[in-house]
Amino acid sequence: MTDQPRIDTAPRVSDEIRKTTCYMCACRCGVDVHLKGGKVSYIEGNRDHPVNRGVLCAKGSAGIMQHNSPARLRKPLRRTGPRGSGEFEEISWDEALKTAADWLSPLRHEAPEKLAFFTGRDQSQSFTGWWAQMFGTPNYAAHGGFCSVNMATAGIYTLGGSFWEFGSPDWENARLMLLFGVAEDHDSNPMKMGLARLKERGAKVIGVNPVRSGYNAIADEWVGITPGTDGLFILSLVHELLRAGRIDLDYLARYTNAPVLLDCDPKSDTHGLFLRDEDGKPLVVDRATGRTAPWDGQGVQPKLTGHIRRAGVTHHSVMHEIAERYLDPKYAPEKVAGRCGVAPDRIRRIAAELARAAFDEAVDLPRPWTDFRGERHESMPGRPVAMHAMRGISAHANGFQTCRALHVLQVLLGAVETPGSFRFKPPYPKPADAHPRPHAVACPDAPLPGPHLGFPQGPEDLALDADGTPQRIDKAFTWENPLSAHGLMHMVISNAAAGDPYRIDTLFLYMANMAWNSSMNTRGTIEMLTRQDEDGDYVIPRIICSDAYSSETVAYADLVLPDTTYLERHDCISLLDRPISEPDAAADAIRWPVVEPDRDVRPFQSVLLDLGARLGLPGMVEEDGSPTYADYADYIVNHERKPGVGPLAGWRMGEAGLTHGRGEPNAAQLDSYIAQGGYFTAHVPEEAAYYKPWNMAYQDWAVEMGLAEAPQPYLIQLWSEPLRRFQLAAEGKGERQPPEHLRGRIAATFDALPDWYAPLSDAHEDPAEFPIHAITQRPMAMYHSWGSQNAWLRQIHGVNPLYLPTWWWEKLDLSEGDWVRVISSHGEITVPVAHMAALNADTVWTWNAIGKRKGAWALDEKAPEATKGFLLNHLIHELLPERGDGHRWSNSDPITGQAAWFDLRVRLEKSAVPDEAQPVFGALKSPVGKGPGALRWRVGE
Amino acid sequence: MHAAPSLVFFTTLSGLGLGLLTWLGIDPTPPTGWVALVFFALGHGLTLAGLGASALHLRRPERALKAFTQWRTSWLSREAWASAAALGVMGLHGLLLMLGVVVLPLGWLGAALALVTVGTTSMIYAQLRTVPRWHHWTTPALFLWLSLTGGALLAGRAGVALGMLPLAGALQLYTWWDGDGRFARAGTSLETATGLENASRPLFPPHTGSNYVMREMAGTVARRHVTKLRAIALFLMAILPVALPLPLPHVLGVLALVSHVAGVLVSRWLFFAEAEHVVSLYYGRR
Amino acid sequence: MTALPDHTDRKLGLVIDLDTCVGCHACVVSCKGWNTQSQDSPLSDQDPYGADPTGTFLNRVHSFEVTPEQGPPQLVHFPRSCLHCEDAPCVAVCPTGASYKRTEDGIVLVNESDCIGCGLCAWACPYGAREMDAAEGVMKKCTLCVDRIYNDNLPEEDRTPACVRTCPSNARHFGDLGDPESEVSQLVAERGGMDLMPEQGTKPVNKYLPPRPRDAWEGETDVLAPYLEPVAEEPRGLLGWIDRTLGKL
Ligand SMILES: Nc1nc2c(c(=O)[nH]1)N[C@H]1C(S)=C(S)[C@@H](COP(=O)(O)OP(=O)(O)OC[C@H]3O[C@@H](n4cnc5c(=O)[nH]c(N)nc54)[C@H](O)[C@@H]3O)O[C@H]1N2
Ligand SMILES: Nc1nc2c(c(=O)[nH]1)N[C@H]1C(S)=C(S)[C@@H](COP(=O)(O)OP(=O)(O)OC[C@H]3O[C@@H](n4cnc5c(=O)[nH]c(N)nc54)[C@H](O)[C@@H]3O)O[C@H]1N2
Ligand code: SF4
Ligand code: SF4
Ligand code: SF4
Ligand code: SF4
Ligand code: SF4
Ligand SMILES: [Mo]
Repeated sequence: MTDQPRIDTAPRVSDEIRKTTCYMCACRCGVDVHLKGGKVSYIEGNRDHPVNRGVLCAKGSAGIMQHNSPARLRKPLRRTGPRGSGEFEEISWDEALKTAADWLSPLRHEAPEKLAFFTGRDQSQSFTGWWAQMFGTPNYAAHGGFCSVNMATAGIYTLGGSFWEFGSPDWENARLMLLFGVAEDHDSNPMKMGLARLKERGAKVIGVNPVRSGYNAIADEWVGITPGTDGLFILSLVHELLRAGRIDLDYLARYTNAPVLLDCDPKSDTHGLFLRDEDGKPLVVDRATGRTAPWDGQGVQPKLTGHIRRAGVTHHSVMHEIAERYLDPKYAPEKVAGRCGVAPDRIRRIAAELARAAFDEAVDLPRPWTDFRGERHESMPGRPVAMHAMRGISAHANGFQTCRALHVLQVLLGAVETPGSFRFKPPYPKPADAHPRPHAVACPDAPLPGPHLGFPQGPEDLALDADGTPQRIDKAFTWENPLSAHGLMHMVISNAAAGDPYRIDTLFLYMANMAWNSSMNTRGTIEMLTRQDEDGDYVIPRIICSDAYSSETVAYADLVLPDTTYLERHDCISLLDRPISEPDAAADAIRWPVVEPDRDVRPFQSVLLDLGARLGLPGMVEEDGSPTYADYADYIVNHERKPGVGPLAGWRMGEAGLTHGRGEPNAAQLDSYIAQGGYFTAHVPEEAAYYKPWNMAYQDWAVEMGLAEAPQPYLIQLWSEPLRRFQLAAEGKGERQPPEHLRGRIAATFDALPDWYAPLSDAHEDPAEFPIHAITQRPMAMYHSWGSQNAWLRQIHGVNPLYLPTWWWEKLDLSEGDWVRVISSHGEITVPVAHMAALNADTVWTWNAIGKRKGAWALDEKAPEATKGFLLNHLIHELLPERGDGHRWSNSDPITGQAAWFDLRVRLEKSAVPDEAQPVFGALKSPVGKGPGALRWRVGE
Repeated sequence: MHAAPSLVFFTTLSGLGLGLLTWLGIDPTPPTGWVALVFFALGHGLTLAGLGASALHLRRPERALKAFTQWRTSWLSREAWASAAALGVMGLHGLLLMLGVVVLPLGWLGAALALVTVGTTSMIYAQLRTVPRWHHWTTPALFLWLSLTGGALLAGRAGVALGMLPLAGALQLYTWWDGDGRFARAGTSLETATGLENASRPLFPPHTGSNYVMREMAGTVARRHVTKLRAIALFLMAILPVALPLPLPHVLGVLALVSHVAGVLVSRWLFFAEAEHVVSLYYGRR
Repeated sequence: MTALPDHTDRKLGLVIDLDTCVGCHACVVSCKGWNTQSQDSPLSDQDPYGADPTGTFLNRVHSFEVTPEQGPPQLVHFPRSCLHCEDAPCVAVCPTGASYKRTEDGIVLVNESDCIGCGLCAWACPYGAREMDAAEGVMKKCTLCVDRIYNDNLPEEDRTPACVRTCPSNARHFGDLGDPESEVSQLVAERGGMDLMPEQGTKPVNKYLPPRPRDAWEGETDVLAPYLEPVAEEPRGLLGWIDRTLGKL
């Protein structure tokens, strides 16, 4: 027919597409940025991109609103009012940089440690870390300490790689997947794509989480575990599998240290460490000869249950310890059920399902390969049981050992780096002892001798002065948390304010909202940032902050260096720090200015290079005093960490032209990246794709790619020697000894085989007085505090009720619209509530970081985020309550220092409806004004 | 549903005006001259005021003429035509009467068109399956009956009005009584809305702020208010006018009219405010 | 144009998989982004940085609690947008002809320049799929991305709705539901795709795939029992068993 209107079904979409990398979270998806009239008109996923294959999450699609946020800073700011007032004057870049240089230069000449440079969810850590190293301060770290360092360290010390960012389930082959404590994760899009893929293939997903939302809502089965008890649950599964002999003996014997012999002589100084040969190689008993042999000897067949007798002592293998430990009836399902809130039958059945999937549905990929002992295998057998875990396990004070327990479970099933299980992403796997050790000795006018962060192998690697004083302001790598491989950002402000271990001069923050949602005890932190001494001077004399937006923390800075948005600058997502690799490919990526800033802002990395040149930092300035690098783009292309190895692996210059991996700098490198969609991938050869730690094809490929200097096969460390070394010290052995008050705790928690202990706070807070666990989850459509300035996203998540399980909902006689007082041993908040049935019976939760400070983010002071939204952070202290032993113990994992966000215990009381969520903080003055009253977003017309 | 004042006034006033015009149209001895002018002006004025109010409801009133195009399918379009025709015919009738020319069949035609207009208005609501409370014969019945009753009061036909008022009250009561169960009887539930067996309630809202759908269709009125307002509406609309010693004197007649119209306004407000749209199930607002 | 065509050549629509939707709102925002730049007027927002932010979206994602008689409570994420109904009541009520259903593919659209903003179509829609744009004063709705699916300015693989293209969990599928051979029709057949509010008589084109059965473990313990038959209860026994087992290899 018709008289139906004719419409244009093929409009021109845009003038141009520029491909870059998303920055709305650390997933780093590829985006196609559409431009009209030179302005951003639409953002969608890049179909070719290895991370997201075209899909994009809500935050990514809302990037346009982030990029155009009214909260964007416009010019450098100098504080004019008192700290926290939000009163600033705009200054020029020259003035800003000169000010910063004037402040920092004397520190470098006298006491570099007086600069504390901490970066938040920094995606350029290899660069910012290098800058801090060249400055010479030991006080550098990124956000890992309050994020998921438990995951990272437990993975690296045990498996040689971690769940967190460097590993992934084998989505294509897994039959059963267990997800522990994951709401969103960094790998947001791949996770969702993977879960969908599992379901498409009919694989089963089990979600272990006190809350059944998001991924756990689509899981085929939900285990509503009690927070902090996963370790017990996991070890009960281990117990059952061992009893039934449903473990992968061949795998354990070949690829793990289960057959390695331990020094079992209690009198020995190396009691509990490995027996080694003259070359220092751990020993196994070779099944073929019955004699001891180095673990990696060619043709050696390690005997799982090996033991030898020497000088009247029987030394046995790690496997003996495993059997001894986990067959103990204390791990029987009946014993742990009550604590975990999971019925014994359930535990038994899940163990059975694990066994069935691993052994009866085993996969076998017909790919021949050769292992490091020289043995050739005709195929790659696999245990299709995948596991993944994140902060639900990590953010507890027993998180390190819980995560290790989970790795033990995986390994007993042969489910690491085998088809269908858990796979590493390059540059991992990497043996734990191949990582750098911490460096923390500051020396005026000199760079730090090595990188700040590392993986201690024993007490000798701690960052302590001869008299035991911590060398770092965050007290990382001390007896309080020896394996704090990511530093302890959450302790910086409180230690600096207390002058413990020493006073600092300048606190330099980049990309971390420390005056609000990323600190524990927010009010206390604000007080510390504004604390003055008798003379009326701030106890933290100077604060410099780099932010792109008018965050809560900006208000506490003396000098603000405004960054660009992610579409206006170069960035480098490098194999040297946190790349975008996938199990089948090493991959890195860039961001590049797809549009020019319309404000007087500069990319932070370029500013840092400029500052470095002004300070004369090595590597950043030429002999004639001119800057080595014009800007960050120049650095990305021309900087070399090792000869031939730079920030980007793609399109380097080889002898015969372009090459990848190792090679000389290539002036046109960024152009190549841009032309190729903003990323580079190097595929792992098929025969190298699994069994990577032991697969010579992979090892050789890694060397060729510049990921390693030499092949470095290793064994999975079920028994962890570094932990045992600390424990030995606590037992009184060795040179370096822990302080008396920590001895007992170290002896108890640094178990070389993972064990479960109750979250530390349980011993400090009366569980009867505070019977409820309170936790947070990430909303998929929001990113921490910066999502709220986004006009589209804040309509989805503008408030965050506290969700209560049915039992407590009814007990407190609540109904919709009610509010409760939430009381912890540290503080109290009054907040709106909602009822949720699919919740662990003793757990309440809320969305993370929705609550906002009045006046921040260019929002109206009556914004719901500021009047009804709230943070649980007010209830959490960085120290545990006093227990009568004269100490306030840190609210962190005793091994890694990971902030124990999810150990929070509270009680609830019904409250009258207040005007606003309590506590109320005074409004900040907005340095950027307020956002517009309406939006009709259209460009290029 | 959101009780937009424009719609509450529109339906009430135009109903009243059209009711008056109906009575004028079928009056075998219609007023002429100045009296005709007053009555017809009143009838047209009320109707036009109502239409004006409804135009306020349009977000793009400048395009209102487009609403005449879809009379074959749309009750709103039909209403536009019917009201134009009714006002036109009755305008002509009134004009002739003012001039003293009585063409009774013209009046009958006008009266029929006036009733049709009220009918089309009511059908706009009654046609909506999405609002079970409206989707029923009582909607046109009540609209028509109230229009005629109010019209009678306005036309000064006290006796007729006195006879109609109790029935109006009864019809109103029945409408409420039956209407209260209609949503449930319509069979639409969260389970049919989602296709999920055992769907019990919304948990996370799709957006924490409000939106058009919620403002327009998922509003709720508190039960206790409803009962009170129903009593007030009934009392003002049907009880007080009857209780006043009618017929006449004129003052009381005006009082009765005012009371009735006030009652209808409250009733009309309730008509909207109480109406539950099936979409509110998604928002857990029912 | 408010008469519904008695037949459409195709029935283009979406199939939404409630089994895999994680409730991430990606589809909500990509829809907002695409349609803000592609429709005649942008999808506006009021008080976007204020106390009561609100705006026009064509797609919304709910979450519903499901409480089965047996087993633990569940949560189902539930995207909601226009279902492009065959008997679209929203079209019939429109007084201006602005709302219409296309004869070639069944897509229900609003012609903005004819819309008077009366709101009646939104009342007529059982699914809340229409939102009046407060700034433009016209009715907005899902267009099934009619300006993408036929758009030869886009690479062929991108000629799919923005929300489908972006969904990370593969919970959104697009195709011709009038063609029983199409992938979407087959998916509907396989997975028991369902209509929303069938009693409303709208005959939605879009279909929803129900969640697969969850928590189906009750009673399975027995079948699995042999998988955990103990081989040893104490360490020595286990080590002995290991030696015996390895010996056989
Ligand atoms: N959309 C979005 N994505 C993000 C972020 C964001 O803000 N928004 N933030 C990024 C960052 S910095 C991080 S660190 C990651 C974190 O990603 P996730 O690890 O997914 O972090 P959380 O949201 O904190 O989720 C913790 C989960 O653990 C559960 N949980 C709490 N305690 C326990 C427990 O004892 N046992 C078990 N089994 N579960 C428990 C909680 O219910 C919750 O589901 O997300 C990253 N991705
Ligand atoms: N209660 C509770 N608290 C928690 C957690 C929890 O689970 N529960 N999770 C913790 C975890 S894991 C994390 S990682 C932290 C996260 O907390 P933060 O690291 O503080 O994260 P954001 O709120 O995103 O703050 C980052 C800052 O970076 C700024 N920014 C954004 N983009 C740019 C840019 O392009 N350039 C610059 N220079 N700045 C930019 C933002 O404006 C903001 O001020 O929160 C922690 N806090
Ligand atoms: S997951 Fe979302 S926010 Fe994160 S990088 Fe990808 S698209 Fe951007
Ligand atoms: S994008 Fe997909 S998974 Fe996310 S809410 Fe929409 S339909 Fe669900
Ligand atoms: S879902 Fe609503 S708007 Fe869409 S066709 Fe059906 S009735 Fe019309
Ligand atoms: S709002 Fe527009 S599209 Fe809807 S019925 Fe009225 S005129 Fe038609
Ligand atoms: S098909 Fe297009 S218009 Fe419709 S919901 Fe999806 S993205 Fe929005
Ligand atoms: Mo984090």
